[in-house]
Amino acid sequence: MTILDIQAYRLRLPDTARPVLDGVDLTVRAGETVALVGESGSGKSLTSRSVLGLLPDGATTGGTVRVNGEDVLTMTPERLRDLRTGTAAMVFQDPRAAINPLRRLGDFLTESVRLNGRLAAAAAAERAAEMLDAVGLPAAVLDRYPGQVSGGMLQRVMIAAALMGDPALILADEPTTALDVTTQAEVVALLGDLQERFGTGLLFVTHDLGLAAAISDRVSVMYAGRIVETGPAEDLFDRPRHPYTAALLASTPRLDAPQGRLAAIEGRPPGLREELTGCPFAPRCPIATELCTEQAPALLSIEAEPGRRTACHHSDRTGEGSADA
Amino acid sequence: MPDLNQEDAVDPKGAPAVRRTVLEVVGLHRAFGGVRAVDDVSFTLAEGGSLGIVGESGSGKTTTARIVVGLERADAGQVLVHRRDRTEHRRGRAHRLARAREVQLVFQDPYLSLDPRTTVGAALRETLRLHFPDADHPRRIAELLDQVGLGEREADALPRQLSGGQRQRVAIARALAVEPAVLVLDEAVAALDVSVQAQILNLLADIRARTGIGYLFITHDLGVVRCVTDDVVVMRHGRIVESGPTTEVLAHPQHDYTRLLLDSVPRPGWDPRSIAAARRAL
Amino acid sequence: MTATLLRRPGLARLRTSRAPLHRICLGFVALVVLAALLAPWLAPHDPNAVDLGNALAGPSGDHPLGVDASGRDTLARLVAGARTSLLGPLGVVAFSTLAGIAVGVTAAWRGGWLDSVLSRGTELVFAFPGLLLAILIVSVYGEGLIAPVVALAIAYLPYVSRLTRSLVLAERSRPYVEAYQVQGHSGLQICLRHVIPGIAPVVLAQATVNFGYALIDLAGLSFLGLGVPALTPDWGRMVFDGQSAIQHGYPLSAILPCLAIVLTVVAFNVVGERWADQVARRDR
Repeated sequence: MTILDIQAYRLRLPDTARPVLDGVDLTVRAGETVALVGESGSGKSLTSRSVLGLLPDGATTGGTVRVNGEDVLTMTPERLRDLRTGTAAMVFQDPRAAINPLRRLGDFLTESVRLNGRLAAAAAAERAAEMLDAVGLPAAVLDRYPGQVSGGMLQRVMIAAALMGDPALILADEPTTALDVTTQAEVVALLGDLQERFGTGLLFVTHDLGLAAAISDRVSVMYAGRIVETGPAEDLFDRPRHPYTAALLASTPRLDAPQGRLAAIEGRPPGLREELTGCPFAPRCPIATELCTEQAPALLSIEAEPGRRTACHHSDRTGEGSADA
Repeated sequence: MPDLNQEDAVDPKGAPAVRRTVLEVVGLHRAFGGVRAVDDVSFTLAEGGSLGIVGESGSGKTTTARIVVGLERADAGQVLVHRRDRTEHRRGRAHRLARAREVQLVFQDPYLSLDPRTTVGAALRETLRLHFPDADHPRRIAELLDQVGLGEREADALPRQLSGGQRQRVAIARALAVEPAVLVLDEAVAALDVSVQAQILNLLADIRARTGIGYLFITHDLGVVRCVTDDVVVMRHGRIVESGPTTEVLAHPQHDYTRLLLDSVPRPGWDPRSIAAARRAL
Repeated sequence: MTATLLRRPGLARLRTSRAPLHRICLGFVALVVLAALLAPWLAPHDPNAVDLGNALAGPSGDHPLGVDASGRDTLARLVAGARTSLLGPLGVVAFSTLAGIAVGVTAAWRGGWLDSVLSRGTELVFAFPGLLLAILIVSVYGEGLIAPVVALAIAYLPYVSRLTRSLVLAERSRPYVEAYQVQGHSGLQICLRHVIPGIAPVVLAQATVNFGYALIDLAGLSFLGLGVPALTPDWGRMVFDGQSAIQHGYPLSAILPCLAIVLTVVAFNVVGERWADQVARRDR
């Protein structure tokens, strides 16, 4: 069953020359983990926030963002509130910034289910203890303040809070970026366990291609508001077909890559004030041709590799391209 | 306590490294309340070498760096640069400037480490005026900016008009303006995007090759350590648990904690559950 | 910037961001300042020319705002009074702001026992009513503008020093200050070149608000007959002189200076608040 279905989603902000999100297609099925990978400004966080109807001021949208078949973009405020407290939940990057430091964690956990009248206070507290148990924390945490627990524990509380409304979809926006590497493993393991247990769909937004490949079923790579490549995690990691994916992999300092200089991507992503003609990556691409600067490539399926799509005129050449050196 | 004796060490690139020691840290201790943040930490950095300090939050790596730089005092121990002790704080302008020329620092967050009201050129000029009052400042500023891959256009810009990578380049240029013997990089690439991070890491490698400056690289990222350091020190709970040549430590980790750190780096086929279990067991 | 200006409770409600009010107030401030600067040329009559035969006359072509009980032209005295009435608060604000910044920066930067001494000291001044302090000093030193200005400057110093201290503490914890320390700059250089320019807009906004309060306090002192010499035109003094006129049923010569005081204070407050809000928004 498809829980999240984003089709040709466009988002435009005032005073910009190009759409911030330009024709984003993305689906997440029940029990599936999809990673959305990109650098800052690529639009990955904006995409995940759009799923909850959290749009920036003055944004105009096109296309559809369906959660359980219902379009978020045309929802009434009441329906949106139901969506945010029930069907879909978000885990933010920095739990310290997202949780009110002056309230007990118990209040934080039970607030939304009590406010929308789904549960009475006693039942809410019971469920909170149950969810804390699910994320491996004792019920005593309910009486603690955010300042009294570690960052890793706080992120687990955040995940417990996301589970309170029994969501069908969890949106995790860089949930481990602020954590230590060993804590990251713990949180990722926890998300995986919970997903198996509750059958939740998970959209994992991250800048870390290695992490994305390690934990997800499918990966979508974003660049300048567009999805440039999507496919099964392992294939994409082993044989990137878009030069940007290849360059991103080559510029990550990895433990298994040859030592020495990194293959850095020169230049920087196009700003929002720049009009885009053709492929947004063309100015930084080692294999770009005239065609790339003139005509934007569509996200097309790759023959012989089911489930993979890439938006590159020269995807057949990427494998041996210099960006993968 | 393991000690990196540079005189006997062999450079990983193959050249025999009989190099002078530029930075020597001996028996550093620092406690905050009852917590031993830094507990008997010793290491040496060879001239023109690059030493990584790896650890997670609470390992004491940042406190160690701050003591080396002089932003934090040590309860006990010495920080020697060219055999001169930095920890005894003598007052006065000459001592202050001499200390600055020994060690410079690049902070983690380039958004916060530059004064938002000072242009790039003015920030560099200020530093040059302080340390080299007689130098040809406009020429040197152009030189420094060029060295970090920035142009004249950026000299007139305020920090907020620059991207994260450009700001970090400015921060590096400003540290280099002092012409220090050692550059401490405290998670200097952690806040940057992957593609920008690669640019900065390459830039840092180039600068070291050209100037012979020594790096003390504070980071949690083993990939970064592997990429830019010759030697590495692994810290946990304020103590050094393992140290040695980077390639050696990463290929054949001796301590369980180093192994856990290595296993925690995500890659295809990665099993977070076993790591979580190993972490609890440690 | 999390620090908020210190406001007197009653006037705090005057904060507004509606543009027309701010523009009107800005215009009024400009008008008053201009009147004070050009008073000798603008005043239609000698403000001290006594004409007892014409006492308490209503508005006429020659005296558009009438005359007071001594037959002095009200408009001329208002314009000439603007000078004294603004000069006093200016002195108070200039002194209290400069000294307050010095005290606040020193306390925040050095910390430790010096901070304790300076902070407790300013709190002591805070606890002592400014007006009472002024009356005390004036009664010791006698007539003249200097004594009340110095007294009020001391009374206003804690407003500035406390604000400055909290701002500098916030600024000091920012990494760029540490970066300058590592570069070898001395604390004094960092404060003068970076920290003080950084916090200046907020402190100056507070100074503008203080200006209004100082004006009220000084006017109150002159109303009590303290400070400003008897013959010097001054709004507070005019209200005092106008009391007898009110009893005779000719309120104009007392009400107009009252109005001038109230409007000027309100205008300075609105302008200062707006400035502070703008600074806060820009820094966010």
